[in-house]
Amino acid sequence: MANEKLTATNPSGFIEHDHNHDEIDRRGFLKCMAWAGTGAVCLVQGGVLKSFALRSHGSHTKVGASGLSFVQISDSHMGFNKPANPDVIGTLKAAVDKINALPQKPEFLLHTGDITHLSKPEEFDNVDQILKATGKEIFCVPGEHDVLNADGASFRARYARQSPGHGWHSFDHSGVHFIGLVNVMNLKAGGLGNLGQAQLEWLAKDVKHRKHSTPIVVFAHIPLWSVYPQWGWGTDDSAQALSYLKKFGSVTVLNGHVHQTMQKVEGNVTFHTAFSTAFPQSAPGSAEGPGPMKVPAEQLRHVLGISDVNFVQGRHALALTDSPLADM
Amino acid sequence: MKTVFHFAKLVIIPVAMLAFVVLQSMQSTATDSELPAAEVRIDNFTFGPETLTVPVDSTVTWLNRDDVPHTVASTDGVFRSKALDTDDKYSYTFTKAGTYEYFCSIHPKMVGKIIVQANSQHGR
Repeated sequence: MANEKLTATNPSGFIEHDHNHDEIDRRGFLKCMAWAGTGAVCLVQGGVLKSFALRSHGSHTKVGASGLSFVQISDSHMGFNKPANPDVIGTLKAAVDKINALPQKPEFLLHTGDITHLSKPEEFDNVDQILKATGKEIFCVPGEHDVLNADGASFRARYARQSPGHGWHSFDHSGVHFIGLVNVMNLKAGGLGNLGQAQLEWLAKDVKHRKHSTPIVVFAHIPLWSVYPQWGWGTDDSAQALSYLKKFGSVTVLNGHVHQTMQKVEGNVTFHTAFSTAFPQSAPGSAEGPGPMKVPAEQLRHVLGISDVNFVQGRHALALTDSPLADM
Repeated sequence: MKTVFHFAKLVIIPVAMLAFVVLQSMQSTATDSELPAAEVRIDNFTFGPETLTVPVDSTVTWLNRDDVPHTVASTDGVFRSKALDTDDKYSYTFTKAGTYEYFCSIHPKMVGKIIVQANSQHGR
């Protein structure tokens, strides 16, 4: 099957319809086109797009018994209080409202790190408290802001007690294999994100005997592809990690750290970075540095958001929909 | 004319010697008491100046003026700050001459260098 990708720069490239299952109505398709310009991307790879989150209101959407729906949130930076967003609590609560309003209820949440801004206990507590309102289990990996104290001990004590090393772990859900990687520890001067030998060896073992048809979702904070190395937006040893995943027919890599949505497809691997729920950052190279980007107050909720991810059994690709907080 | 010139020499040289002695003592006084503060300003994901040269026994102070936290971590493990939020400071006194490379352990692309020069009290 042809690998087509629909991106913000190629909004007219398409997407085969699937007439055997639920229809994608024209309004949904056109909405997808409109969203492609604002950062939401509809994606098909090796198969057919199923993006139930695009369904227009009122219609009954079903992933089906053998499907899966979950949400990626990222970079909540609890504790941040500078002009780029003086109310990260408010915007995180808006993300929760959005999650609770999704037509296709997610099974769980993935948080791709920078949960807190300064690794303080009260910051972790605040996020836990706010996300409780979704009623969903949360799987997370740390960002560099989450491991500022005692070598990340407080993060691990909260979220990764059973995990080896710095908190990498894997789990299965609805036939999909999820792998949480930690690439924010032991960073070297002048370097990028780093997975390290121990984690790479664990990863190799973890996937060695899995069937090639198992859909894989990897989640880690810093991008596992080279988004913009000058700003530290990449991981030094990700190529080795990805080499262990070559045999799988469908691999989705979910990252955070860059506070904007980006997508890249390479063979069977789809890379995706998420909105932050706290503050945006500039497009690569468009500012002096990768710090918080100030936007007019009324625009803020258009550049913060969540990602709704849907997987349908038998389809290669996961359908990823980035959704700004302003779209309710 | 010649006389004036010779006279001038007689005056200028002693004055110069006197000035030299005075300057020397000022220098000595300086090394005995507190050295001028040496500061590195952290802003926009950069250490400024990226390379700072100071005499031995200097105290260098890093001040974070960025809107995100940073750390100051020597690559050789000689010094390491905790996470510095906006307006937080960290100081380290360099008692040994040498070159000290450091970076921000949160944003490792940020690198800097302190060159600590041995102090020579008897002039160069």
